[in-house]
Amino acid sequence: MTQRSLSTLVAALMLSATWAHAADLRIGLAEDPDVLDPDQSRTFVGRIVYASLCDKLVDITPQLEIVPQLATGWTWSDDGLTLTMTLRDGVTFQDGTPFDAEAVAYNINRSKTLEESRRKSEVASIASTNVVDAQTIEIKLANPDATLLAQLADRAGMMLSPTAATAAGVDFGNAPVCAGPFSFTERVQQDRIVLTKFADYWNADAIKFDTVTFLPITDGTVRLANLRAGDVDMIERLSATDVASVKADAALKMEQAVSLGYQGLTVNVGNGDKAKQPFGQDAKVRQAMSLAIDRNVINQVVFEGAFAPGNQPFPPSSPWYNQAIPIPARDVEKAKALLAEAGVPNPTVEIQASTDPVVQQVAQVIQAMVAEAGITVNVVAKEFATQLSEQTAGNYEISLIGWSGRVDPDGNIHQFVTCAGGINDSKYCNPEVDTLLNAARTSNDLATRKEKYDAATAILDADSPLIYLYHQTWIWALGGKIDGFVPYPDGMIRLAGVSKTE
Amino acid sequence: MLGFIGRRLVIAIPTIILISVFVFFLQKLLPGDPVLALAGEDRNPEILDFLREKYRLNDPLYVQYFHWIGNALQGDLGISLRTQQPVLVLIGQKLPVTIQLALMALVIAVVIGLPAGIVSAYYKGTWVDWLANIVALSGLSVPNFWLGIMMILLVSVKLGWLPASGYQPFFDDPLQSLRTMLMPAFVLGTGLAATLMRHTRSAMLGVLQSDYVRTARAKGLTENRVVLKHALRNALVPVVTVITLLFGELLAGAVLTEQIFTIPGFGKLVVDAVFNRDYAVVQGIVLCTAIAFILMNILSDALYRVLNPRMAAT
Repeated sequence: MTQRSLSTLVAALMLSATWAHAADLRIGLAEDPDVLDPDQSRTFVGRIVYASLCDKLVDITPQLEIVPQLATGWTWSDDGLTLTMTLRDGVTFQDGTPFDAEAVAYNINRSKTLEESRRKSEVASIASTNVVDAQTIEIKLANPDATLLAQLADRAGMMLSPTAATAAGVDFGNAPVCAGPFSFTERVQQDRIVLTKFADYWNADAIKFDTVTFLPITDGTVRLANLRAGDVDMIERLSATDVASVKADAALKMEQAVSLGYQGLTVNVGNGDKAKQPFGQDAKVRQAMSLAIDRNVINQVVFEGAFAPGNQPFPPSSPWYNQAIPIPARDVEKAKALLAEAGVPNPTVEIQASTDPVVQQVAQVIQAMVAEAGITVNVVAKEFATQLSEQTAGNYEISLIGWSGRVDPDGNIHQFVTCAGGINDSKYCNPEVDTLLNAARTSNDLATRKEKYDAATAILDADSPLIYLYHQTWIWALGGKIDGFVPYPDGMIRLAGVSKTE
Repeated sequence: MLGFIGRRLVIAIPTIILISVFVFFLQKLLPGDPVLALAGEDRNPEILDFLREKYRLNDPLYVQYFHWIGNALQGDLGISLRTQQPVLVLIGQKLPVTIQLALMALVIAVVIGLPAGIVSAYYKGTWVDWLANIVALSGLSVPNFWLGIMMILLVSVKLGWLPASGYQPFFDDPLQSLRTMLMPAFVLGTGLAATLMRHTRSAMLGVLQSDYVRTARAKGLTENRVVLKHALRNALVPVVTVITLLFGELLAGAVLTEQIFTIPGFGKLVVDAVFNRDYAVVQGIVLCTAIAFILMNILSDALYRVLNPRMAAT
């Protein structure tokens, strides 16, 4: 064999090896998703799988603008009560069922009426649907709802094959069939979810993998070790404490995006007898607490600076952030003065926090900082399920808890601080705030909405039923061969355009 | 022998019933509402009520219990609240994984622990004994989660010899399956080897000083024959008990090891289920584990009789 033919052979072998390897993408997840039915599921991690499995009517950009996905365009009627959507032509579900206006109507109906549906509140404003023609659907609303498009950019907008959903009913999640880039192949609980490229996907050219395998690896250290060993190609939710070592590793890449959610202190201001203490009764005491905390210190000490300090339901990077209320600098003297004014110079309060070591650390940092202002904090560790129960029941004074965040600002604020809000565990109630937030969710005009949210956040800042502390950053670590990954603030992994080279 | 096993099985029934009652009511004492745990962030009161009704959480506890045990007797252990899969299916998925891990760990434990125990008893008080004891003590003292992470960093990340974690079903790809299980089995096995070594050593020490061993030596048998045939056989009786109990424990799930190596076995299933207040799964697993434990005990008693026929007479 001549040298030339030998090198050709080697090149050919290498090329075939590249193909064989580039075909499968392995992603390490921080948790095992729950049931894979977009109408029933509730976990963040489940949505990461959906991003490859189920396309939505619309999607978002990293800047949170709504862009076409299965719907190519939409218009609002002048009264804001009819949303007319034009659907993408020639799309089929993974079982061959055509995607058309009938399918959209079926899906909206399922989200609204399936007994187990978790999407009911998200599509509550939809009164009816009207199939105009195969590619056009009118969605009629009972009341104007500015949040609807953002809901349709998430689980409520995911389109399931009507054929499969009718056949499987409530068990759809065991073998989901959607219209996304990959179709469901196999799932072993707590071990793996395997998806295979859907050849007839409408955007198939952008998909560079034959299969994608999601592996739940709960331990952060082990997840990273798997990436380093090359057993997975990328991992989500890298620990902030591992950022430095990943940055130092030339074989790895890192991407990050500030999340849509927040972490903070929810104060019990009206939820039963436990609200009858200085922190529940007097906004000055809560303001003192807020002023005694250096949010930057929490970020540096616990998260090595990887997260974003904050003081509102929206991160400072969000277009909805109220610039007139910047993050307050720590001011122990002013905190002391406020406490004196309220007549409780040395209040004591119990903060419940989940048993997660990182959350406990945050609680301890807060405890140490507010002590300097004369506030005694007792940290009570509660396992997460218990913490939620206590919070709902009003059996807490302050709860250190967060929210994963929603694309539309309404999702981060309305249900927490309006009088009848579904998750208003603080039981804060201020008719003025209700009026503003109700108005903000009905207007489709961005400037009007911003104005309402600014007014509401100003009142909330003064009343402080929630003391916002920081915003988590989604951090992904990727193998050096992975290219084209775009970080989004919703923490999802979108595989269009992502590729792997050897 | 069959009569013996039959009698033991009958006696086991009240034990299992007692365990089922205990598990059922004990976990209801856990604070935290399963429906809230299930709902997570989306705590819509309407859906919470629906779920409570669907999973019969509004019924009085005794009604819930009889409903559960009644179905269990018909082979229906209920549905996982979290994943909506039948508990029996979940157990069917996890049990082979855990059995494989337990068997491999046990083989490693026996291969290391038994010879080490024999040798250290035979060379009692010499440097060999000391060395074996030191190794055994460190095997017992090093926490599994630490050893596991260290091994992943060394063997997988630095050397790249074995996969860092995960699981491959044995019949899909036996070689890869053994490769993924080797490290966790080793981590588990070393801890057990230490226990086994200590038990073997003390049993051997007792037997080696007994009269019949002296007689065997006086007959002029070789040392190998004296130790391995005459002494070891008797010393094995308590060791077999330890091995079967260890195996029972392993079936209950090597919680930490499975967590670190991300092995989808019983331990991982039960931990997740407890945190999610997935009652049906916890109950199903505990019931299965209890039954496995009882069966292992019966097996070990039966094995005594094989090892020492005199026991059959009693």
